[in-house]
Amino acid sequence: MSHGFLSPTGVEVTFLLVGVVTLGAAVVSVTTRQLVHAALWLVVALGGLAVEYLLLTAEFIAWVQVLIYVGSVVVLLLFGLMLTRAPIGRSPDADSGNRGVALGVAVAAAVALVWLVVDAFRTTWIELDGASAGTTEVTGESLFRHWVLPFEALSVLLLAALVGAIVLSRKRNADVDAASSGKAGAARPAGPSTRTAAGAKAAGRAAAGRAAARPGEQGAADAASGDAGRRAEGGER
Amino acid sequence: MTDALDVTLRLLAVFAAFLVLPLVVGQTEHKVMAHMQGRLGPMYAGGFHGWAQLVADGVKFAQKEDVVPAGADRRVFQLAPAVALLPYLLVLLVIPLGPGDAVGQAIDAGVFFALAVMGVGVLGSLMAGWASANKYSLLGGLRTAAQLLAYELPMLLAAASVAMAAGTVSLTGIAGAFEWWWLPWQIVGAVVFFVAGLAELQRPPFDMPVADSEIIFGAYTEYTGLRFAFFLLAEYAGIVVLCGLTTVLFLGGWHGPFGGDGLGWFWTLLKTAALAFVVIWLRVTYPRLREDQLQKLSWTFLVPLALAQIALTGVVKVVIP
Amino acid sequence: MHLVYPVVLSALLFCTGVYGVLARRNAILVLMSVELMLNAVNLNLVAFDAWLSRAARAGFPHDGLHSGQALTLFTIAIAAAEIGIGLAIVLAVYRNRGTADIDRLRDTAEDGGGSADTGAGRDDGAGTDDATATATGTGEKAEASA
Repeated sequence: MSHGFLSPTGVEVTFLLVGVVTLGAAVVSVTTRQLVHAALWLVVALGGLAVEYLLLTAEFIAWVQVLIYVGSVVVLLLFGLMLTRAPIGRSPDADSGNRGVALGVAVAAAVALVWLVVDAFRTTWIELDGASAGTTEVTGESLFRHWVLPFEALSVLLLAALVGAIVLSRKRNADVDAASSGKAGAARPAGPSTRTAAGAKAAGRAAAGRAAARPGEQGAADAASGDAGRRAEGGER
Repeated sequence: MTDALDVTLRLLAVFAAFLVLPLVVGQTEHKVMAHMQGRLGPMYAGGFHGWAQLVADGVKFAQKEDVVPAGADRRVFQLAPAVALLPYLLVLLVIPLGPGDAVGQAIDAGVFFALAVMGVGVLGSLMAGWASANKYSLLGGLRTAAQLLAYELPMLLAAASVAMAAGTVSLTGIAGAFEWWWLPWQIVGAVVFFVAGLAELQRPPFDMPVADSEIIFGAYTEYTGLRFAFFLLAEYAGIVVLCGLTTVLFLGGWHGPFGGDGLGWFWTLLKTAALAFVVIWLRVTYPRLREDQLQKLSWTFLVPLALAQIALTGVVKVVIP
Repeated sequence: MHLVYPVVLSALLFCTGVYGVLARRNAILVLMSVELMLNAVNLNLVAFDAWLSRAARAGFPHDGLHSGQALTLFTIAIAAAEIGIGLAIVLAVYRNRGTADIDRLRDTAEDGGGSADTGAGRDDGAGTDDATATATGTGEKAEASA
């Protein structure tokens, strides 16, 4: 069966509109000179992508996107911006001098990619009716049946990221800090091993898989907040 | 009735509940706190024991001048209360009152959706703290964000444990699959979830980032009038949402000793009200935790407990099919 | 839905991220642009997974692998880990140098390092720029890390 481009379905129209919003927010995010506004426009872009995932019937991934990207990654970025004194209003050094070259490279890459892709997939049609392939059950089953080994490797990687972020954030002259973060760090590695011991049903495994994604960025948040907490206490006294 | 009409009616009903229930909780807090502290609380507004106190407060907030600080970032400052408030409305949509379709919108990814959307509320506090052009607001906003991020993890893990027990993440499914012996089985998870949820709401004893004797009002210092009222509404709506979620996940939702399925909504509301009472009780009972004690509690105590609960759930599920 | 829509959107988002990485000077804005690129890749993976797992009806072999969705989840987790480490590095650099400006981080440049000026990033002068940068930096740092 053939589907013309000139008679789009409702889903396609919605996808296009949300796509325009997402792309617009992304463009504003990389061009605005107000640092915190850039992060907030990024939130809009990531939220738009979550809606696109819902339209493509990948619900589990949509909620993971909201949970991890919007709920944690952007909060970390905002932390980083605020701790490096992002001013209210325009920041003079947000853009380097390479803007023209960067624009040229980006436009050239865009033209090349879009041309290639449209040429290759002009007539491909995604059948969106029928059973959703993106529910928690389906995703959980495939994740814990076929992708177990990469999943466990991922949890080791997240552990490494966690430890690394903590080590990077420690202050040099605080040996007391080293002792306390050493103890705190020791409590956490117990996490992945107990999780692997819990072999359970599909939905729960999917949920635990999403939980495995958490410790990575939480480590930096903890480090940053630990610093903020200690400094704040010192500042107030 | 047609689909569109059905959806509209459900949305309206949830919106009405969103406006009324937090006010009921707020008024209860006034009176319960007062009586626990040996005083009477509001007695004047509305004539009979001050029942209209919060209505009067709402009118007062609505007629105040909308002030934006001179050096503040206007758009972000004005948007922050909405970003803090909307997630709770969205979560209230998916909490089931009774079996079948006594729910705003039945979403397959139930508990996952609820916790993901609640995580977005952090952005509201960060926006408020930064856009206020006030050192204390920024400090409070950073502390709030750190606290909310830290306590999301135990909440997620505890909810994952009960989802494992039920074999589904849908809230209706979890409440439906509840058995009486789940209560002792998941009790650790329930306590972890409730405590973590309290910290998510910045309720005492976890209100360090917004306590007036610490930091004026943290990220919300510069807010007056209706925007301030929205932040307060967000807190009380959060209490309703937290108690509702805990009820549905850990206390069996609509299951009750009698009344079968018809009275399910009554049991849900009763359990939610009892938990709200505990939230208010905790406010007048415990001194607040310092920020580093708060973080330590989450990372070194609640997270290992929640992981132990998941391990226990997994073992029982495998051993007793 | 035509596969072209998500794939073109993904390509355009990716190129927006490329512009951001090349044009931005603040290290955290560069990290944001990298996140945009990773999200573009995720959209691509999800779109192709949606196409291929449905194409089974047309006779393509399909074994429930759902590789697109699995890889998307892995990418999201890795991106989260990367942003954690990235921000820890940026904050450590900020603590040491007083700036999150990547044009000024030229310690490993060939003529002995030193900070770059604004504009085109020429290599000039080593010592004085560094000294003033760190002196103002320490003053700012104490306030910043609170």
